[in-house]
Amino acid sequence: MKKQAFYEIKRNQPLARDIFLMTLVGPMNFEPRPGQFINIKIDGFYLRRPISICSFDEDSMDIIYKIAGNGTDALSKMSPGQKLDVLCGLGNGFDLSLAEGRRIVLVGGGVGIPPLYGLGKALKAAGAEFTAVLGWQTHDQAFFIDEFSAICPTRVVTNDGGIGKKGVVTDILREISYDYYFTCGPEPMLKAVYDLGGNGQLSFEARMGCGFGACMGCSRKTLGGGSKRICMQGPVLRSDEVLFSWINLE
Amino acid sequence: MDKLGVTLSGWDLENPIIAASGTFGYGYEFASWYDINILGSISLKGTTREPRFGNPTPRIAECCGGMLNAIGLQSPGVESVISEEIPKLRSVFKKKVIANVAGFSVAEYVQVAALFDAVEEVALLEINVSCPNVESDGRVFGSTPESVALVCREIKKVVKKPVYMKLSPNVANITEIAQAAESAGADGLVLINTLLGMAVDPATGKPIVSTKVAGFSGPAIKPIALRVIYQVYPNVRIPIIGVGGITCADDVIEFISVGATAVQVGSQNLRDPCVGRDIINELPQKMDEYGIETLGGIVGRSHR
Repeated sequence: MKKQAFYEIKRNQPLARDIFLMTLVGPMNFEPRPGQFINIKIDGFYLRRPISICSFDEDSMDIIYKIAGNGTDALSKMSPGQKLDVLCGLGNGFDLSLAEGRRIVLVGGGVGIPPLYGLGKALKAAGAEFTAVLGWQTHDQAFFIDEFSAICPTRVVTNDGGIGKKGVVTDILREISYDYYFTCGPEPMLKAVYDLGGNGQLSFEARMGCGFGACMGCSRKTLGGGSKRICMQGPVLRSDEVLFSWINLE
Repeated sequence: MDKLGVTLSGWDLENPIIAASGTFGYGYEFASWYDINILGSISLKGTTREPRFGNPTPRIAECCGGMLNAIGLQSPGVESVISEEIPKLRSVFKKKVIANVAGFSVAEYVQVAALFDAVEEVALLEINVSCPNVESDGRVFGSTPESVALVCREIKKVVKKPVYMKLSPNVANITEIAQAAESAGADGLVLINTLLGMAVDPATGKPIVSTKVAGFSGPAIKPIALRVIYQVYPNVRIPIIGVGGITCADDVIEFISVGATAVQVGSQNLRDPCVGRDIINELPQKMDEYGIETLGGIVGRSHR
């Protein structure tokens, strides 16, 4: 459910180049689900910044974000003890039930990787077996390889070959056997995963106004002529409803 | 008259705070944030006759003191709004609403307005004239007194409910357009719609929003909205709903002082989903502080 509350920053530390891990302590009564996101108010910026939840427990949540502009830069300079006004419980999250009994692969690229960690923890708790395929452009952006390795077999790929295999995530996907995927990352990567075929769920990034369905700023066309608001009816869409050619359909 | 109550063309509102069209979805999206029945009313998302996806994304950009949007009238179409969205809203909101009517031809405006006119939950029709006239020169209807008057007159011929024209500030003389709307039979005005603006990525030089230029809204436009209402108020006899950058009770009092009868809260809903409730709770204290007994008593007091 959606809640607005203040959260105290417990840690805000660099994980890799331009990548930060922040732990927020506050009310966790919004029934969080893997794949959901929060929307953070940052002083001096009019719109909130939507950031996916990496993982959570009874009294805190971790987010991992990239400095992508002035807002996230300001966020990276905040200190433990400071408080943030946060909208929680946004988005649909992943539907684990659709993957039951399947050979699952988690496919993440860059800052699309964090929500897959929370998903992995939930899948492990449910007794599922799965593999993670994690990709970055360069080795200095990589993070959470040990964390993933602790919960599942983990394959790493970088465009520069600095860590893991040199290449892209689909190079690994062609080598392994799976029949259901959960993926989050940049649009070209999502499309490449989708184009390999099979069933799965894809989590999309979008430029949002509100984060909860009010402004229709992040609408995306879906298969069959309809559309979905990524913030409210996403960010996770099923592979049987996504459309990648939609921008060209205008 | 009670302390917060206001009346728009015979429609009594418990308070003057209305959620602005395009910033509040179909209303029910906010029911998980607070009990929206506290609001005076809600203006629904702008509605066209046919379903429309709207503009390509990105449709949103942030800027200093506000934001740009180019949603492009995403709409499921008027029939779906009436058969699906309004019933969903009715389950969480018991008051009457404002229907925001959009169109790309005079005939479309008239048809959408007529369909909403027959809906019990709709108290008032708000006509968004910031759409291009695709059957004429492609300029927005709101850009000339003649085209605003034409849309207004044709709608008034077929509807019974009050018609309020929501005017664009992107014109040379908005008072002239407001007077043309009044002469054409408008029951009221909604001032102002967004200002045309732009945001550019400094690294690439490319516009951020897909449509290049987009509607600018947020606290930064409040002085312009106040100025427009102040200029129009003495030149018309019909009521004005003020909108543009309102974020707090002081803003509401300022808008009413320059001539608004009621107000709409827009972009701030996207930043602070509970802002409507918070303003309503704050308003009586601010009125006491300034010695204001009723909001009806201070309409236009800046002119006295």
